[in-house]
Amino acid sequence: MIPSLPGLLQAMSLFAVAILIARPLGGYIRKVMEGERVFLSPVIRPVERGVYKVMRIDETVEQRWTSYAVSVILFSFVCILALYLQQRFQASLPLDQGGVPVGPVAPDLAYNTAVSFDTNTNWQNYAGETTMTYLTQMAGLAVRNFVSAATGIAVALALTRGLVRKMSPTIGNFWVDLTRSTLYILLPISIVAALVLVSQGVIQTFASSITVHTLQGAVQTIPLGPVASQEAIKELGTNGGGFFNANSAHPFENPTGLSDWFEMLLILIIPFGLTFTFGRMAGNARQGWALLAVMVIVLSAGSLVAMASEERSNPSIPAAVAGEVNQSAGNMEGKETRFGADSSGLFATVTTGTSTGAVNSMHDSFLPAGGLVPLFNIELGEITPGGVGAGLYGILVFAIIGVFIAGLMVGRTPEFLGKKIEAYEMKMAMLVVLFLAFSILFFTAVATATAAGKAGPLNGGPHGFSEILYAFSSQTGNNGSAFAGLSGNTLFYNVTGAFAMMLGRYAMIVPILAIAGSMAAKRRVAPSLGTFPTTGPIWVGLLIGVIVIVGALTFFPALALGPIADQLLNNAGRLF
Amino acid sequence: MAFEVAAGFRRRLLSSSVIDTARGTRRLAREDRQAQAGGSPRNRGIFDPKMLRGALGPAARKMNPRALAKNPVMFVVEVTAALVTLVFISDFVGLSHGAAQEVGRAPSFEFQIAIWLWFTVYFATYAEALAEARGKAQAATLRKTRSETPAHRRCDDGTFEDVGSSALRCGDVVVVREGETIPGDGDVIEGVAYVNEAVITGESAPVLKEPGTDIRSSVTGGTTVTSDTLTISITANPGETFLDRMIALVEGAKRQRTPNEIALSILLSGLTIVFLLATATLRPFGLYAGAPLGIVVLVALLVCLIPTTIGGLLSAIGIAGMDRVARFNVLAMSGRAVEAAGDVDVILLDKTGTITFGNRLASRIVALPGATEREALEAALLTSVEDETPEGRSVVELARRRLAEIGSGGPGANAAAPSPEEITTVVPFSAESRTSGVILTDGTVVLKGAVDAIVAALDEEAPPELKTLADEISSLGATPLAIRRDGRPLGVIELKDTVKPGLKERFDELRRMGIRTVMVTGDNPLTAKTIAAEAGVDDFMAQAKPEDKIARIRAEQADGHLVAMTGDGTNDAPAVAQADVGLAMNSGTSACKEAANMVDLDSDPTKLIEVIAIGKQLLITRGAITTFSIANDVAKYFAILPAMFVVAYPELNQLNIMGLSNPQSAILSAVIFNALIIVALVPLSLRGVAYRAAPAADLLRRNLLIYGVGGIFAPFLGIKAIDLLVTALHLA
Repeated sequence: MIPSLPGLLQAMSLFAVAILIARPLGGYIRKVMEGERVFLSPVIRPVERGVYKVMRIDETVEQRWTSYAVSVILFSFVCILALYLQQRFQASLPLDQGGVPVGPVAPDLAYNTAVSFDTNTNWQNYAGETTMTYLTQMAGLAVRNFVSAATGIAVALALTRGLVRKMSPTIGNFWVDLTRSTLYILLPISIVAALVLVSQGVIQTFASSITVHTLQGAVQTIPLGPVASQEAIKELGTNGGGFFNANSAHPFENPTGLSDWFEMLLILIIPFGLTFTFGRMAGNARQGWALLAVMVIVLSAGSLVAMASEERSNPSIPAAVAGEVNQSAGNMEGKETRFGADSSGLFATVTTGTSTGAVNSMHDSFLPAGGLVPLFNIELGEITPGGVGAGLYGILVFAIIGVFIAGLMVGRTPEFLGKKIEAYEMKMAMLVVLFLAFSILFFTAVATATAAGKAGPLNGGPHGFSEILYAFSSQTGNNGSAFAGLSGNTLFYNVTGAFAMMLGRYAMIVPILAIAGSMAAKRRVAPSLGTFPTTGPIWVGLLIGVIVIVGALTFFPALALGPIADQLLNNAGRLF
Repeated sequence: MAFEVAAGFRRRLLSSSVIDTARGTRRLAREDRQAQAGGSPRNRGIFDPKMLRGALGPAARKMNPRALAKNPVMFVVEVTAALVTLVFISDFVGLSHGAAQEVGRAPSFEFQIAIWLWFTVYFATYAEALAEARGKAQAATLRKTRSETPAHRRCDDGTFEDVGSSALRCGDVVVVREGETIPGDGDVIEGVAYVNEAVITGESAPVLKEPGTDIRSSVTGGTTVTSDTLTISITANPGETFLDRMIALVEGAKRQRTPNEIALSILLSGLTIVFLLATATLRPFGLYAGAPLGIVVLVALLVCLIPTTIGGLLSAIGIAGMDRVARFNVLAMSGRAVEAAGDVDVILLDKTGTITFGNRLASRIVALPGATEREALEAALLTSVEDETPEGRSVVELARRRLAEIGSGGPGANAAAPSPEEITTVVPFSAESRTSGVILTDGTVVLKGAVDAIVAALDEEAPPELKTLADEISSLGATPLAIRRDGRPLGVIELKDTVKPGLKERFDELRRMGIRTVMVTGDNPLTAKTIAAEAGVDDFMAQAKPEDKIARIRAEQADGHLVAMTGDGTNDAPAVAQADVGLAMNSGTSACKEAANMVDLDSDPTKLIEVIAIGKQLLITRGAITTFSIANDVAKYFAILPAMFVVAYPELNQLNIMGLSNPQSAILSAVIFNALIIVALVPLSLRGVAYRAAPAADLLRRNLLIYGVGGIFAPFLGIKAIDLLVTALHLA
């Protein structure tokens, strides 16, 4: 399972540069979120103050975890409602598609889409270029791309504060965290990133579409739109919702090999960077490095498998025709020739290892082993490295479980960062694991057992099962990538999917904030030689073990019936 | 006056020799008690056949679903066992039709699975019953001594009435005569007497009790007065006495789950629900794939995946941990206290009696200019040869040793060595003269004593070296004694409190475990520093008053440390209560014992260190078996999944990396392994994982390798072996 040298170099350069950027970025995020002065303060601070003034927020007042959680939920639900209404009434609102009128979005689809963008999932049961007006795209969807990512950063910071503070009743102010992460982190990077993307040929226009005559003499209408501004935050905020249905496989979203590499970089920098933020706030950079190591190791392993798998030729093409099909470039079905098998495998791993869900190739067309990687990544719980903020708070839950299981083996009651892990924290951590498993398995079971669910998948057998399993895994994990092949725009999938997305987001955030609150109130045990080390290689190995055994093995039976059976049957020449 | 002081010395000597004898016989006595209590662990171990048999019945009773409901993991196993039994019965009598195409739908297979599921539950309850057995036996012995004893209660008018011990209330005053049993816990308010406390401590040697002293005035109900008469003020109501509490504790009657156990149970319950979800949804998934999965197969997968190993052994581990503490003659008031002991990272230890022996012993004899060392040593020997105090004996011992080392070759070897026969008069120590020694037959006076007293009696000006030496010795917290032979100063004896041997190594060990030791003493800082350096403690508190201790504990706790300390006096009580782990000496006052969360029946303060090790061992055992249990799941997936889906996707047999012979055997082998591993780990749960003092990182590396990595690979071997056996016996 070793990919070719160019593939390896691409992956290595990507991770190396991402880590190089993440380190200073992580420090910057810490400063911003703790209200310290940064180089952008002279420009942004007045805007920030203005926001507080308009919103009547006292930035000096912190919240207990309960009121922090209520704020998150309240804000999200208001956003969901607003986005729903905007889609329903988009026909009456200004800006259509550059002169082309667009009708209202159907109620169940509008609901699914509103939840999808507000939970940072960006599952899309629609094609953006035909369903949404430019205003919906820009003032609706793109805005949610910012605030849902900012919410993730806010919650991650709240949990980190809870873990590092001593006997504190509060864990920060959600409104302040939300404002700061949007204004200081997401907006400036997005602006720079959009310009870089434009330089590569990503379009940014209010013009409608252009009509071209193809070489074959046919006439083709190509939709345009303000793509670059949305593309930058789509990747940076690990949102993944494409302007076009083809997402990052579309030449206007992702025109070149360099833009492809750059988009992957955008995806990784904040999830990586937050581990440095965590390390700095914990007062021990090695704490952050350990989490980063876990993320990079799992991500690298997935990348190797996915790239190597897609570089192979499809074993099920019969020998008789194999000579006529040039498979020297690997399994190229559903891939863009400007990216190739390696970049497609790498992009698929990066986009699912984070909860982005942008795609530059069709995961459904991957060989089953290659398709297993995105699915497995999602089912790990979107924590390696996971979404913006969501990855950090997710991996911290597994760190708490890992410390609890193995920490006893050093002869002390378990503690993480000097905070004792007790019944309450375990209850909340197990709730997170439970909701995750419930949402994926229960909705998949319902779909496989009902006519409405069975109508969805395009393929039969284990491949069809994978399509269903992937859909609910992706929505629960707030990833949003589609395995494709599933007709998702039905009442059944719109409604169940929206529930899965909400469970995956809020049923995680609330227990996590509860952990933050209860940990913040605890006294911090001083470290000594007798303290369980949450740094270093043993801890990294242990945490990977816990994530795989406790997190992912739950889905092993389901995976066996899906991609694993699919691959083994594929090897034997059976297709679905 | 002089005589009285000497008598005082002698009495102290007597009582201390009683303690010495007691130390010698302690182990013996304890083993006696354990033999009475139904088996010495040292002799018969955990697998005493009588106890093994005795646990069979209680284990079966513990399978009552209502009792088992406290343990969610095993409760689920029991429910599934009942379910599979029902399926077996219905299939056996031919009630079920149309389920034939489901995997594993054969009565013989269902029967075997059902049997092994019941065994899984039984093995778990058996482990718990076995862990409780020893405590129960010990409690039975103690209960015998708690029987109603007659008491002579003093009435308001000063007369005495005879009542039963159960009629006594707090504040009553009773008189106990020689040979009678003390009817309840109390404080001595009158009289001096010896009391035999063997029933509590296992020490057969009697202990002196007298009023007004912190550590000798408290008595325990059930102990016996062996000489004289005591008047006692009762301090505990019936049912609340020390003995009652002790019985309840060793029996585990009121055993409450510790915070860590509760948290672990939550983890285990959570995992159980997750796996319940994972197996329940397999039914529709299987149907979708065209391979309906029977309930028996799903149940087998569920039971193998949920953490039955730790779920079954969790309470046994806790009980056994408490029992280990009890066998160490330490009474822990709760399991929480034992767990807290594992967390301790700062220990406050009293200098006197804990770190040092508490009495000053001769450490050096230095000759003054003008005298040879031999002369000084011989004089020192003479002054002390009739001195029966520990100080005196230590001078004799040191002088003899040094003389033997010098041999006959040293300077002054030819001088006549005085023999004890030459002594005519013994000059005892008196508070006025502050000297003691002997007068020889030739009239020579050889005395040792306080430096200024000796100097005053000299013929000549005292040499300046004497003062320098004396000052140096006092500055280090030791006591200088000068020696004179008639009017001539010969040397100086240094009397010093001595650090107990082996403590330095113990403190090094603690340091490796990440535990800091703080010595508490009333000495001046210079003295404290010297002893601290000698004992190898990390820190010391000099000139400490009781309230300083409590302030120090609070300060350490505020810095995030967990503090343990020992205490015996009433003024220790607040600090003992404030500490996270307070170990009271059984010889201490009842106030102190009340405040503590552990009582050491042997009154040996250094035991705190062992208690900490036991606490750590308990937690490590719990963690090791949890890790092992969860790591086991990996192999079980590989055993059961290919077998389950053999109808739908025979290609999945490639996941059968163990090469198990057939689907039914694979599933059965996994279930059998899952049941037997509980039995296999019972000894480990009851004895505890071997603990050695090492930094947490080392412990983690070692235990993770054994129980984590081992836990992943062990079941591959185990299941394969069982599969071979199952196939050979044609069971499946």
